[in-house]
Amino acid sequence: MSESKFQPKSKIVQWIEYRLPIFSLMHAAVGPGYPTPKNLNYWWNFGSLAGLVLVVQIITGIVLAMHYTPTADLAFASVEHIMRDVNYGWLLRYVHANGGSMFFIVVYIHIFRGLYYGSYKAPRELLWMLGVVILLLMMATAFMGYVLPWGQMSFWGATVITSMFGAIPFIGDAILAFLWGDFAVGNATLNRFFSLHYLLPFVIVGVVILHMWALHQHGSNNPLGIDTKGPQDKVPFHPYYTAKDAFGVTVFIMFFAAMVFYEPNLLGHPDNYIPADRLSTPGHIVPEWYYLPFYAILRAITFDISIPGTNIVIITAKLAGVILMLGSILVLFLLPWLDFSKVRSATFRPLYKQIYWLLVIDVIVLGYVGAQKPEGILPTVGLIATAYYFIHFLVLMPIISKVEKPKPLPESISNPVIKAAE
Amino acid sequence: MATDDSSDSGDGATRRDFIHIASMGLGAVAVGAAMWPLIDQMNPSAEVLAMSTTEVDLSAIEVGQSITVVWRKKPVFIRRRTAAEIAEAQAVSLADLPDPETDADRVQKPEWLVMVGVCTHLGCVPLGEQGEYGGWFCPCHGSHYDTSGRIRKGPAPNNLEVPQYVFIDDNKILIG
Amino acid sequence: MTMNSARKAMIVAAFAGLSLGQSVSAIASGEAVALKEHDWTFAGPMGTYDRAAQQRGFQVYKEVCSACHGLKYIAFRNLTEIGLTEDEVKAIAAEYTVAGDVDEYGDPTERPGRTEDYLPSPFPNANAARFSNNGALPPDLSLITKARVGGPNYLYSLLTGYVDQPDDFDLGEGLTYNAYFPGHQIAMAMPLFEDAVEYADGTPATVEQLAEDVTVFLNWAAEPELEARHELGLRVMLFMLALTILVYFSNKKVWADIKKKKDDA
Repeated sequence: MSESKFQPKSKIVQWIEYRLPIFSLMHAAVGPGYPTPKNLNYWWNFGSLAGLVLVVQIITGIVLAMHYTPTADLAFASVEHIMRDVNYGWLLRYVHANGGSMFFIVVYIHIFRGLYYGSYKAPRELLWMLGVVILLLMMATAFMGYVLPWGQMSFWGATVITSMFGAIPFIGDAILAFLWGDFAVGNATLNRFFSLHYLLPFVIVGVVILHMWALHQHGSNNPLGIDTKGPQDKVPFHPYYTAKDAFGVTVFIMFFAAMVFYEPNLLGHPDNYIPADRLSTPGHIVPEWYYLPFYAILRAITFDISIPGTNIVIITAKLAGVILMLGSILVLFLLPWLDFSKVRSATFRPLYKQIYWLLVIDVIVLGYVGAQKPEGILPTVGLIATAYYFIHFLVLMPIISKVEKPKPLPESISNPVIKAAE
Repeated sequence: MATDDSSDSGDGATRRDFIHIASMGLGAVAVGAAMWPLIDQMNPSAEVLAMSTTEVDLSAIEVGQSITVVWRKKPVFIRRRTAAEIAEAQAVSLADLPDPETDADRVQKPEWLVMVGVCTHLGCVPLGEQGEYGGWFCPCHGSHYDTSGRIRKGPAPNNLEVPQYVFIDDNKILIG
Repeated sequence: MTMNSARKAMIVAAFAGLSLGQSVSAIASGEAVALKEHDWTFAGPMGTYDRAAQQRGFQVYKEVCSACHGLKYIAFRNLTEIGLTEDEVKAIAAEYTVAGDVDEYGDPTERPGRTEDYLPSPFPNANAARFSNNGALPPDLSLITKARVGGPNYLYSLLTGYVDQPDDFDLGEGLTYNAYFPGHQIAMAMPLFEDAVEYADGTPATVEQLAEDVTVFLNWAAEPELEARHELGLRVMLFMLALTILVYFSNKKVWADIKKKKDDA
């Protein structure tokens, strides 16, 4: 199971390889030349799935752009033209629209896998941070993509989300005019969103390459969270993980296809099949499901924050919401330095494992609150869940990592007996 | 991979090869099938294909006049030919033509010449009543067409195309 | 300065709209009504449209709905998909008058419809539509089942939901009570009556039948790709199932020696 050196037999491959070492690069990246821990479980499939969805989104996006018209007067009709008249247009659009959701499903699982098994810890801090950058780019890309059909949710989603920048003190209005290129969300906004929606995926590709480069520097983490000790702990990526990833891909495509062919609008919103109308706001604006936890955090603060004992507002409720929402993602950048535990995998961290599952529940609660109208106890639930989200990362994680007594770790991956207590 | 299997028992090796070849083969079919919608979307869409006919009113065209209408996004020349033009077109010997075709084959009524106004060389629009044969002349690369729209001189390989059309009545044609 | 205040107004409007809209629909949804569940032939993974119902539904649309509601994304040529012949479609198209080319004087012209034309909308613009409809805007129906929560069930419920208002209900002027419309006050008076159309196939034109047929037709208008989608979906799912099984065993085979060693250890 040792690393194999790349020795092509084919003369043509040798000729190319001598001039452009692309075959050895592939060999070392996803081929037999990339040693991988042999105990990766199926939660490790989601990285390659994310890569697959990114490719699917880029390809379907490029062909959709051949038929789409990024003009306020024609955008909605051009989407209907795609759905009704373009050959396989309905398939391409439904794949692309659901592909956005699939991308987030896969990436969220990928992130929570990293959180559970401590994949953000040394020496993989930059790998993790690059992943957070990808998440931010994905959110921006998806947001702008959702504006393109120019339905009611497109228009009002764009209005509400860009209006958040109006919360910035002093320059908020100027920034809004800059973002919109108009007095309100309009044709100029749609055009620039289309341009950026086309551009950003390629930026994502660039960061993904860095992400994979960083991954290959120290190799994959694994469910035990311990370093590989030697060749006996590893298998070559090909054929072992190419085969395992291929199986994950086929199962995933079945799930994806079931959505596309049988419930293509399940994750969408009916209001987006009504053309944008700047004089009438839909009854209930909800973002796409993948933003819901963040939307709940945005709405969590319903009161202005004043200097105690005075009426001087230092942070308005709106600004506080925006700060918290941005903070909820930015805090992930700090994660490697908020967790002091030397043990990576939650398998051996009894206390961390508990707060991990609490975080999972917390995020689901936030998602639920984000989808509902802020009535009854829901704003309070949202506030508590938001507070817990930050407490998890900023308070519980550092404290637990200091006080927790981890279980004894196995000696190695290939010899998973428990080491004698140190 | 196949070469690594030599240590396996013969039976196992065959089955192992078969399952890999089968899954990779079927996987390749899947990728190939998924390519088709991506390619086919470039073909003309349904509403483009539906726009296939153009109706033209001929009543306002005098003898010796031409109009240009648009059919399938291309110009169509409709000329009400003079008796001299008709006579000239009918008199040409087929041997003199690079793309032999009688005038009778190109018109339904000798007075009315209907043809796609796209030079068969590289797609420019020829100019009417010009060129050495009194018909059309393409300014791009100097192709000369006669009064029946047949190529006589220059790089164009074929006569100007005659579209499908029918006379709905004496004054109306439907192209396409 | 004007730009500044305009922008502010916009932001305020956006957020106010958000909260106001929410409170309005909160009132509406406060008494969430369960929609009538109907067994649609097009529901489910193998669903297809009932051609006869589609054609009857088109007749209902044409003779009733089209007085106020457009269907602008549907072209006459699309009607061949609901089982009409080319000649029937040509004849239907020719019944309509559509805008023709500009004539030689530069004036607009009119001509009989052709199959590639789109169904003309009843009003030239939204203002004309509102003027004729007491200020209410009858929506275009091309996407109506996709654009409403509940889809075809909502549409069917709405069309059959004109019941007597409760005694304590305060109905606005010019509005009609509907059990399923959000807020229960709808600007559209009851559109379907028994024998509102005469079906050529002799189907009794009850309100339920008319509502069902037009819902089938409008669901097709919104999702004309549904049958192709279901058919391709089945083929893709079966193919992927076969591929998944093969790859599963392929993967198992690849890992066989590693798993074996692990068991030996």
